[in-house]
Amino acid sequence: MSRGLKWTHALADGAVHDVVPSVITAGCTLGDDTARLVTVVPDPDSPFHRARAGEVGLREGLAIAEAVTEVVAADERLPDGRRRPIVAVVDLPSQAYGRVEELLGIHHALAAAVDAYATARTAGHPVLSLIVGNALSGGLLAHGLQANQILALDDPGVVIHAMHKQAAAKVTLRTVAELDELAKRFPPLSYDVGDWAKLGLCDELLTVENAGEPTGADLTKVRNALVAAVVRARKGPRDLSNRLNSPGAMKTRAASRRIHEELAKQWG
Amino acid sequence: MTVTEWESLLDRTSFIELDARERAKALLDEGTADELCGPFDRIESPWLEPQGVVPQADDGVVVVKGLLDGRRVVVIGIEQAFQGGGIGEVSGAKIAAALSLAARDSRAGTPTAAVLLLETGGVRLQEANLGLATVAEVCAAVLELRALQPVVGVIAGALGCFGGVSIAAGLCTTLIMTAESRLGLDGPEVIESEAGIAEFDASDHPLIWSIDGGTQRVRTGLADALVLDDVTALRSAVAGAVRQGVPAEHRSRRIGELRARLEAVDPAHPPAPSELAAVWGRPAQSEGDQG
Amino acid sequence: MRTLSYEFPADRPAARRSHVGVVGSGDLEVLMTPANGNARVRVRTSVDGFDTVWRTVLERFFARHRVAASFELNDFGATPGVVTLRLRQAIEEGRA
Repeated sequence: MSRGLKWTHALADGAVHDVVPSVITAGCTLGDDTARLVTVVPDPDSPFHRARAGEVGLREGLAIAEAVTEVVAADERLPDGRRRPIVAVVDLPSQAYGRVEELLGIHHALAAAVDAYATARTAGHPVLSLIVGNALSGGLLAHGLQANQILALDDPGVVIHAMHKQAAAKVTLRTVAELDELAKRFPPLSYDVGDWAKLGLCDELLTVENAGEPTGADLTKVRNALVAAVVRARKGPRDLSNRLNSPGAMKTRAASRRIHEELAKQWG
Repeated sequence: MTVTEWESLLDRTSFIELDARERAKALLDEGTADELCGPFDRIESPWLEPQGVVPQADDGVVVVKGLLDGRRVVVIGIEQAFQGGGIGEVSGAKIAAALSLAARDSRAGTPTAAVLLLETGGVRLQEANLGLATVAEVCAAVLELRALQPVVGVIAGALGCFGGVSIAAGLCTTLIMTAESRLGLDGPEVIESEAGIAEFDASDHPLIWSIDGGTQRVRTGLADALVLDDVTALRSAVAGAVRQGVPAEHRSRRIGELRARLEAVDPAHPPAPSELAAVWGRPAQSEGDQG
Repeated sequence: MRTLSYEFPADRPAARRSHVGVVGSGDLEVLMTPANGNARVRVRTSVDGFDTVWRTVLERFFARHRVAASFELNDFGATPGVVTLRLRQAIEEGRA
């Protein structure tokens, strides 16, 4: 049972539904709100053989888009402050690397997911990411990075990165040991979630007792953190500017901030 | 080919052979180009030199404001020759910031469209997680501007548009490609390395272009216009796309169509690339549609 | 990566700044900024072990083109021929 599946079941108020076997949703009470959880999970029987281990592939991109769009459509008439929070529970090895994926345009399926999350965010839905396991590359772009609040478990099983270690070593012509060495000096390269949290992208890093088998105390803690994140999301900007203005970003993303300032100045 | 066609062929000025700055300026009305955060501002990547990689003074993205057929646009061009067009902290922030400023102006009553020249392998691995984060911000900014003014994506060269930036391409109002160009999430080398040569043979060039190539992407409706590698032809295609304005429904919102398309294909027995357009019910297009 | 610095005598002031080239395979970018005094050159190159070649190429160039300016070269393995070409383009564009 994947971490994503476990956390989704543990946080769910009641039944967990399949949009497709690899994308599940559930209601989850967060204070006065009933949030919608959306999780990509393994489907060993998927007809897409490159998307059986929880990767975000064609049908996952589509299913995420459908699940999120359904919430946005259902809450359309509600006042802004009552629109439901949407929580992407993130535990995914990557996007699906495959030939049929490229043939059918996996970039387009992931664009549909990105569009749906961003649309929800700008419509006033608090969009939260709860990273409980791996969160890599295009998979994370499609399912997680459009959130206006990102929470992650502080656990060695949580790995957030642009490319998994072996592949990154191959592409950059370095050994895994060299990559680890570099990561100590350059936080954006690190595979450690604590280092990732310093980049300014993380709104809260959560220490839990058991990230793989959440305890009662873990669930209370995570639920409280999600409630607080909903409040922040409703108060905060609906774009992603908080990631440039966070205390971590002030330090680590000084160059990004400089570009935004300088470009605005020269733009006129 | 007729004599006139030969003459027009010989008259062509290749767009692909220009660098990003020249491409951006070639699209704009004579004398209107105004580059922002250019090389002399020296906002380099802070991450490359400490890793022993020579930086470029503009971090490989040019931002040029100007007029296109008299309309206000910002052209944002990725320089493919620098780090394979890889998106790092600065280059990604530049794209996102320029799109957001165009959106700000558009909201304030000065409509400003954007043209994205998308020649990139995706996230720059020397900046890994910050590159990934900025690509998410680029996607958000495309969506922000797209609601107000067209965001026209152009993929011209053989490097193509891959990685996370292909998602941004999928969000563009209009996508213009040449037959030489490619579009996909994961490049053939990456897939071969992840999944083996039986999954994708990265040395099989006809296979690669049959799947990722501009002709196929336009034929299957994942891109909108197939244009010759010629400055005049590209300029007129981009100007046309800007003129068309904001569509009623963007490609990335057509979820029902995407569902129908996935249901039409058995992933265990996918159609040959050449049959896909027919399977998806797309009308056959002739080469005459080019230009 | 290597960073190299050189200074050559110069007496012809550049009229305006100029930028040519890209930091791509076999190429380099040159940023030329007018300055009083000598021609000051800073080279950042991806290829180690060619310090003598750089000195020779630059000495030869600035002996013929005594342009008073600062030159920033960001190099990605350009040949001496390409280096000379880009420098020539840079001073050409920097004329009034």
